[in-house]
Amino acid sequence: MRRVVVLGGGHSKFCFNSPKTSVEMLSEVAMDAIRESSLEARDIQAINVGNVLGDFAEGQGMVQSFFANDIGCFNVPATRFEGACASGSIALRDAFIWVASGYYDIVLVGGVERATAMGTALATRTFAMFGDSRYEFPTGFTFPAAFGLLAHLYAHRYRIPLERLKEQMAAVSVQSHEYAMKNPHAQIHKQLSKEEVLKSFMVTTPIQLHDACPFSDGAAAVVLASEEVAKKLTNQPVYISGIGQTSSGKLSSQYQYLPRLRARELAAEQAYRMAGLTPQDIDVCELHDCFSIAAIIAAEGLGLFEFGTAGEAWERGETRLGGKIPINMSGGLKAKGHPIGATGVSQAYELTRQLRGQLVEQGRQVDEAKHALMDTLGGDGVLVSIIFSAA
Amino acid sequence: MEYKVIFKDYNKALKRNKLLGLKCNDCGTVTCPPMMVCQECAGTNQEVVELSGKGQVLTFTTSYLNSEGRENELPITIVMVQLDEGPWIMGNLDDVDPKRVNMKLIGKRVGLGHRVFPGDRYSAGEAARPVFSYIEQIENV
Repeated sequence: MRRVVVLGGGHSKFCFNSPKTSVEMLSEVAMDAIRESSLEARDIQAINVGNVLGDFAEGQGMVQSFFANDIGCFNVPATRFEGACASGSIALRDAFIWVASGYYDIVLVGGVERATAMGTALATRTFAMFGDSRYEFPTGFTFPAAFGLLAHLYAHRYRIPLERLKEQMAAVSVQSHEYAMKNPHAQIHKQLSKEEVLKSFMVTTPIQLHDACPFSDGAAAVVLASEEVAKKLTNQPVYISGIGQTSSGKLSSQYQYLPRLRARELAAEQAYRMAGLTPQDIDVCELHDCFSIAAIIAAEGLGLFEFGTAGEAWERGETRLGGKIPINMSGGLKAKGHPIGATGVSQAYELTRQLRGQLVEQGRQVDEAKHALMDTLGGDGVLVSIIFSAA
Repeated sequence: MEYKVIFKDYNKALKRNKLLGLKCNDCGTVTCPPMMVCQECAGTNQEVVELSGKGQVLTFTTSYLNSEGRENELPITIVMVQLDEGPWIMGNLDDVDPKRVNMKLIGKRVGLGHRVFPGDRYSAGEAARPVFSYIEQIENV
């Protein structure tokens, strides 16, 4: 297996009500990624795209072929990946495997979503399609509800009074808003206080509006290349050193293991083993904070904190810049935004920049970061862990 | 290989307040909602069983947010129940004002009823869902 390098990237501003179509958003970031890689569209041998709801949002399926044509990647094989909120991540992992295997030398990975075009009611309906449609959706199940169930279960399992857990959850959201202020691509540039979180609209107990990420529009892209090709193009290679992907079934079928997500723990284990690293080796992490409680569960499942303690870690500042393990220096899904098809690619873009030391001016650079971990959760059932390394 | 219980049959039974599961003859685990295989050992040596429908609430959420076309159901309490036979299933909760539900709900004994979600334009038809209610007093008699 060959070593694989992340070359250039492109990232749109994440936003509400994008004036651009999915094809336009994706084309722009893809061209940025290709140019930053010192390549031309004709050098791209294959394209992987994460996109989830283009069909519902714009009546646009098969966005991958139309954007490929728009950017001059004429007749290049382009494939759409759907794994709910982890769609971009599975597109990235698959591209890694093609380059590592030697079949392709240069693959473009993109992700795009224009969820706000649907409006909240239809967006909520379509996002709920990534839970079980027959056995769970009829109860009124939505993804906020899934994490409402997990939050109460978490409080009960670890014997944390709900009021304490709510404060810990608020600390997660407050931190994300703070770092998003420093990220020019972030959807929300607004300081948030603990009091504002706890006073916000109740979505589904105990999840309040500010425990939840927004619906978002946006796109991101990166170019992957074999080490041999990359050496000619960059003197700052960032390698993909470990990958993991697993699936799981409907929430009730994960029964005794909850509120832990076993599939995440197995995906992370694959990535750590492949990279020859442990959680202690990770210098910076972007994880799937679709809800504040989801961030807490994720940080524990990735081995960054003991079970039942991650909320306290956020409160103590261990997840901040300069802390034990800086998490979501981008602002996370909560404040950077969560255009679901693009999220995994956005995480990769962000961590690549961390490992190249390119975020100093933005005031959110983790000093001398060598290894970075990304974690993405799609619906009830797709978990991806990818580790990036600076050498 | 065919399913022993498909959704259509599970749904038909649930509409008569009967909950169908699958008992694994190899490891003893009961799977419900039904799957092709045992949810624990992945074995296929299972038999169809009717479950008691009784269990205890493990967790809950009261939702003020719903999907297109279902706004009139709000607020609604969703519960995860561990059935006496072992499996966990998702349902709703009757007998209690959704706005007053709190952590004391966890551990409460409940029994099965049902209500039918008539379906929407994406759901390919109706689906019965479990609706639980308290049974503690009845059992204590």
